[in-house]
Amino acid sequence: MQDFTGSFRLAGRLIAAADPALVEIVLLSIQVTLSALVVSALIGLPLGATLAISRFPGRHGLVILCNALMGLPPVVVGLLVYMMLSNAGPLGVLQLLYTPTAMVIAQTVLITPILIALTRQVIADLNHEYAETFHSLGVPAHTAIAALLWDGRFSLLTVLLAGFGRAIAEVGAVMIVGGNINHVTRVMTTAIALETSKGELALALALGLILLAIALGVNALTSMINAPDGKRSHVRSA
Amino acid sequence: MNFFNRLLTAATLGAGLATAGIAVPQSLAADQFIVVQSTTSTQNSGLLDAILPQFSETSGIEVRVVAVGTGQALKNAANGDGDVLLVHAKPAEEKFIADGNGVERFDVMYNDFVIVGPEADPAGIKGMNDAKAALTKIAESKASFASRGDDSGTHKKEKALWQMAGITPTDASGSWYRETGSGMGATLNVAAGMDAYTITDRATWLAFENKANLKVLTEGDDNLFNQYGVILVNPEKHPNVKTEAGQAFIDWLTGENGQKAIAAYKVGGEQLFFPNAQSSASN
Repeated sequence: MQDFTGSFRLAGRLIAAADPALVEIVLLSIQVTLSALVVSALIGLPLGATLAISRFPGRHGLVILCNALMGLPPVVVGLLVYMMLSNAGPLGVLQLLYTPTAMVIAQTVLITPILIALTRQVIADLNHEYAETFHSLGVPAHTAIAALLWDGRFSLLTVLLAGFGRAIAEVGAVMIVGGNINHVTRVMTTAIALETSKGELALALALGLILLAIALGVNALTSMINAPDGKRSHVRSA
Repeated sequence: MNFFNRLLTAATLGAGLATAGIAVPQSLAADQFIVVQSTTSTQNSGLLDAILPQFSETSGIEVRVVAVGTGQALKNAANGDGDVLLVHAKPAEEKFIADGNGVERFDVMYNDFVIVGPEADPAGIKGMNDAKAALTKIAESKASFASRGDDSGTHKKEKALWQMAGITPTDASGSWYRETGSGMGATLNVAAGMDAYTITDRATWLAFENKANLKVLTEGDDNLFNQYGVILVNPEKHPNVKTEAGQAFIDWLTGENGQKAIAAYKVGGEQLFFPNAQSSASN
């Protein structure tokens, strides 16, 4: 197959030329996914931590539900969000269908369960060490949650990365609610699907390589944020 | 810089990008735009990318195209998620209007379907101009056939042809009859990958870049005629429909300038769509 080497060269050329259409698509992908990540983190981190340290009836069931929802297929999320935002649906008046906001909503729904479930696990592990101290000092729950989230920040960064990776890589949901409209809702993954369906396999793979490069860049950036304190987190996990 | 500051910087950066992302559609929404529910063939062939800027330039109306199978386009439009419908399945379009979802249907353009298959042609349909007979030979030889299987315009046409031939190919689904359940391009990729026959609109075929061993084998049957129609989604049923802008687009598409733009679009020197609007849509 000529396509592999051709794709690498094409990817290089596209990046070198800073092709404006490509830049637009890449920026929109990052904007949508970061927005979804911010919203999901605001919901998922506190909820996950609460789930980890509080005791109430039905808690175990909720944990199982969140863990199961990590496997939610993106296309199902897309369908649900479409049915909500459609003009025939309950939220049609908002006129959000086929906008980037609709894509943010879909990705938020997709990754919030992941953030909740993974945060719960991280915080539950930490809480094993701290529970007695908190108890003896009579620390109120919200203070304990804040302290645990702060102390678990390095592991939680990885949790956020997991959410980011899942959101930026999915195609099923954003295709349905965004519509892959040129210059409006076309992101990396929907562009890849489109080029594949045109039989432009080399171009599709080149876009895939660029998507991979973005993911690498985000991970590298995160490890830079993490690095100076990296030792500390290593000591703790040891 | 401690962790918190660094995280804050990253978060601010993220939030900034995020707001920018949400601000983009709002600034665009200030201009007029319509949503057109259309089919993959009009997009994958490059036609819409070629002609829409000409309309937007003169009218100031941005056209946002959602390209899906005709079946899904009809369903989306029936939900009111779009202002204009541009598809190719006349009976389904007429039902769409009869159900009160659309105002009126206008012919826009046509081309034809072709049956493509591997050069080796195990079913021996090369050079035939009778689609019914060609499908019969494919079924008899049990040669692999990739079907869209997605209720698209092309799939509806394919099912009609099988019916005319008196064959129920779905009985063989999973053996020689493969239902891909995906778009034309994806189905062509499948056919190219497994040396299967398939039926495709000529526009998608000509613009398709991964033909591999596939060749056009059967063409020129009147039954392979492929008519495209345009419909304004009914504003009485869906008040959000932008009647004026949508009608302006339909008038342009079926009028002199739009018809000329369609005729002028060529891939590799070949015309892909042939305009055949009756006359300018007068209402």
